[in-house]
Amino acid sequence: MAGIPHDHYEPKSGFEKWLHARLPVVSLVYDTLMIPTPKNLNWMWIWGIVLAFCLALQIVTGIVLVMHYTPHVNMAFASVEHIMRDVNGGYMLRYLHANGASLFFFAVYVHIFRGLYYGSYKAPREVTWIVGMLIYLAMMATAFMGYVLPWGQMSFWGATVITGLFGAIPGVGPTIQQWLLGGPAVDNATLNRFFSLHYLLPFVIAALVAVHIWAFHTTGNNNPTGVDVRRGSKEEAAKDTVPFWPYYVIKDLFALALILAIFFAVVGFMPNYLGHPDNYTEANPLVTPAHIVPEWYFLPFYAILRAFTADVWVVQLVNFLSFGIIDAKFFGVLAMFGAIAVMALVPWLDTSSVRSGKYRPKFKAWFWLLAIDFVVLMWVGAMPTDGIYPYISLIAATYWFAYFLIILPLLGVLEKPLPMPATIEEDFKAHYPGAAE
Amino acid sequence: MFRKIAISAVSAFALTAGAAFAAGEAETHDVDFSFEGPFGTFDEHQLQRGLQVFTEVCAGCHGLKYVPIRTLADEGGPNLPTDQVRAYAKNYSVIDKETGEEREAKDSDNFPANTGAGAPDLSLMAKARAGFHGPYGLGINQLFRGMGGPEHIVSILTGYTGEEKEEAGETFYENHAFPGGWIKMPPPLADDQVTYEDGHPATLHHMSEDVAAFLMWAAEPHMMARKQTGFVAVIFLVLLTSLLYLTNKRLWAGIKGKKHA
Repeated sequence: MAGIPHDHYEPKSGFEKWLHARLPVVSLVYDTLMIPTPKNLNWMWIWGIVLAFCLALQIVTGIVLVMHYTPHVNMAFASVEHIMRDVNGGYMLRYLHANGASLFFFAVYVHIFRGLYYGSYKAPREVTWIVGMLIYLAMMATAFMGYVLPWGQMSFWGATVITGLFGAIPGVGPTIQQWLLGGPAVDNATLNRFFSLHYLLPFVIAALVAVHIWAFHTTGNNNPTGVDVRRGSKEEAAKDTVPFWPYYVIKDLFALALILAIFFAVVGFMPNYLGHPDNYTEANPLVTPAHIVPEWYFLPFYAILRAFTADVWVVQLVNFLSFGIIDAKFFGVLAMFGAIAVMALVPWLDTSSVRSGKYRPKFKAWFWLLAIDFVVLMWVGAMPTDGIYPYISLIAATYWFAYFLIILPLLGVLEKPLPMPATIEEDFKAHYPGAAE
Repeated sequence: MFRKIAISAVSAFALTAGAAFAAGEAETHDVDFSFEGPFGTFDEHQLQRGLQVFTEVCAGCHGLKYVPIRTLADEGGPNLPTDQVRAYAKNYSVIDKETGEEREAKDSDNFPANTGAGAPDLSLMAKARAGFHGPYGLGINQLFRGMGGPEHIVSILTGYTGEEKEEAGETFYENHAFPGGWIKMPPPLADDQVTYEDGHPATLHHMSEDVAAFLMWAAEPHMMARKQTGFVAVIFLVLLTSLLYLTNKRLWAGIKGKKHA
């Protein structure tokens, strides 16, 4: 592996040499674990391990749940109750899986915002960022389809609303929607294909995670200063870094254990806190729930979807210029996917040569406004679409786009960055004056 | 991690609460049930009384189709003796899955579904109504006050005003706990409608709370085992966290130039 110079694996015994000549697997594991890691990483760098744990937890609990679940419209809901009542420990498996999705998304949002603040997306880590965005998209698809499987009211109506988004595409939309559903409406065919894909996608995510790790092991980790590790020699690099094992393995495990203590308290004591009560009523195509609300982790983008209604002048202008092809509904869909697209393109939208937000005084204020904006969108996504809420969602959605499309490009030109430490070692010694050479 | 969720949830609470009151929607009153909070447990005597109310009153119209009758003998539930459960099963008749004929129920059967009166199944009712739980409710913390589903059931059963109206040939009864204010179910309970064997007073409120507790158990039969698992997991994880904290501190002391902890 290219990158920061460090000691590599040397096969010693006869067997090690024999294996190494044929399959350098020990070398791969050794170099992955011993990778030099900036020694000034703060607690925001622990979320990767939490995410890896979540993926493993979801796959393991999911595989066991599948052994007891029946993907059929007449039996799905009852089979979930069978898991909750008759399967040994089934209630724990299901609640771990359902709340595991929430922990997964909580961790991924903190992880993404960490990257946005410390400029982890900037050169040379653009590929890491793009792969991360693909993982996030796959996670959303997986979570959405997983939520349909218990076949409760919110499963059914959520599926109806979300697949309806594809129906909003001009011309081919209804055909695509029917193709996705396997029929004119959400039914057994839909449930079966969602089940199949819900099982498949986590393994796609696992493969993407491997690529994600490969990418940032090639460039090296970013760090809170954004200053690169010195690579002139092994000795120089060693002043800026510590090996991942044992220093970060232990630190990450400590953080993971703490987070899991809170996670298990939620699963043990209030497992339905983040769920919707309507999903304990079996799906009924004839009864529409009063409010169709997606899971909390979709709410920010759901809010953006709903923000651009037909009375907004931008929507009317686009409608006019496109001869009515882009109506309000399709505009909303474009806005929702666009919100993720602009985030994915941030490596090329941020014009500042300074990587870390720590040394960008103006950027900091805009960044925190974005973080607040995200929470506001999450909140307003759960609110009804009358009264003041449409205005709040419109303002919040507009800021999301303004941050990526206007503020970040301009800030790089207008902002005067603060002085930065020359090396990671210097930054580390500023915190720990007694640090060893 | 928790604070962020809590903050957004709390702000969501505050606003939905306001909206719900403004629209004159269902009122749910808090009840201090024994099974709420991390230390809360079901009171098996209350569950048994609730079973009696369910059997003598609710079962006339409502089913409980996901609940196996044998689970009435479960620890952490009503905990009835197995012979009593077998005798109890004979109250019901079910369609045999193999012969397709109606026969007396056995304890291995589920409670029958009952759709005759158009009444909803009650197996999951205590979890299927918002009450005041979660980010969509009235803002009482689920960790300490429970889900709000049983409170919703109590509020419905005690929320009748005595007013009725006829609409399209059907009678509706005014009930402040029901969304919309008018419910099709006639007031099912009145004082002393059942006679409790343990001499417990059978007031409307007592019966409502007992049957709500029973339905919470029916919806979440392994709640006590789940809380125990939660405690064991949290205790071990706190221990592990402490050990890893010390390990981590000691490990990094050399790098940070601090004395060994």
